[in-house]
Order: sequence, then structure tokens, then C-alpha cells
Amino acid sequence: MIRVQEHDFDVGAELAALTAGNHQVGGLAVFVGLVRDMAGDRDIDAMTLEHYPGMTEKMLARIETEANERWPLEASLIIHRVGRLEPGEQIVLVAAASAHRQAAFDACQFLIDWLKTKAPFWKLEETGQGALWVDARDSDTAATERWSTPKKGAAE
Amino acid sequence: MKLLYFAWLKTKTGVAEEDVAPPPEVTTVAELLAWLQQRGPGHAEALADLSALKVAVNQEYAQPGDPVRPGDEVALFPPVTGG
Repeated sequence: MIRVQEHDFDVGAELAALTAGNHQVGGLAVFVGLVRDMAGDRDIDAMTLEHYPGMTEKMLARIETEANERWPLEASLIIHRVGRLEPGEQIVLVAAASAHRQAAFDACQFLIDWLKTKAPFWKLEETGQGALWVDARDSDTAATERWSTPKKGAAE
Repeated sequence: MKLLYFAWLKTKTGVAEEDVAPPPEVTTVAELLAWLQQRGPGHAEALADLSALKVAVNQEYAQPGDPVRPGDEVALFPPVTGG
């Protein structure tokens, strides 16, 4: 199950609902992402999460499907918030439930790793120096020439 | 063709979305980006460094050589930073 929402979520209630009635679940792994008050040497007052409605849900659903194809999951959940968030607030919840812990741990890590590189969300930080769009951490250097303009007069 | 801009692409171009009608010679993502660079100073600045840009065509990640057609929804955005 995936959800994109502005309002906060209750981790305990979400996890209880996720595995309710399913006694095949022996392990439930969870990752919760929170807003920090520092980024490098900058103080963060708040951040605003923007997304691409439609594509975001499509990518999250695909990431979840991929995890379910790789591991024998009994249940999985991705909740991602959008809008303005202050330090300490929850941004994202990812959970994976399986019969045994290893699949749950691995799938949970996979879900958040893929989400971070594929789901179209962007963070705008409010700092003392003004608003700054967060740069992607692992900028793909191989992509440097990817969008180079073809030498073609027709593209005027 | 409907264009969508996100994050600093939106800030620099000054538009969140716009309808455009590129000439028929524009058939690929790379050709569309080259054409958009000529659209105005905001677009030229936003599209100055194409290596910092991701493109989605009809909500699927696209490569420079992928086709674009009238009626497509094309989104331009920086590498994603969610999670």
C-alpha cells in the first residue's frame, strides 16, 4: 500500500493495521525518516516537500511491486508526506513484513533506497540564508553528457 | 504538448506548466530541450546545464533519444531528493 499525504501519520496505528489478522508475519521492519534541523553547516527552520502528482504514486507503486517480487512479503507500506514540515516531524514511513526477519530487513532498506533515487519528490529547505533546493547526494557523473544537445540544425 | 516544471526548474523558468507546440522537426527529448533553451532567458538559464536535469515523458523517466509527440506530458526536474 502506498500513500502520499500532507498530514502526519501514527506509526503504531499504521503498523498495527498493516499486519492485523495476518499471522504469517513473523517479522516487521520499519524505517521512519525525520526532518533534521541541520544540513551541513546550515540551520534548517523548515522544509517543503514538492512532488509530481501522478508520477509519484506510479513510481511508489512500482517500487513496492519490485520489493514484493524480490522478497516473500506478507505486507508492505510506503507513506510519504508533502508540504511544509518542521524539524522533528516525520517525512516518510516504509515498512515490510515477512515470515522471517531477513526478508523484512532487506525489503525495507530496498524500499527506502529506491524511493530516494526514483520517486519524484524534492526538498526545499528554509534556512537563515533563504530557501535552498536540496541537491541530490549521489549525483550521477555518468549522466553529465546524457542531455547534450545533438548537432542538428533542424532543432531551431 | 504539456510541459511541467518542478523544483528549481519551476523557479528559474517562472512557470509551473505550459502548453507548447514545437515545430515538427522536434521529435526527441534532446531536440525538445534544445528548442526550449531558445524560448526565453528564464528557460535558457533553467536549461543551461542539461546534465542536472531529469525528464519524464507521460510520467515515465526518459532518455535524450526517446520520442516526444504532440499531446505528450513532458516533465522537467532536477534529480529527486525525497525520503
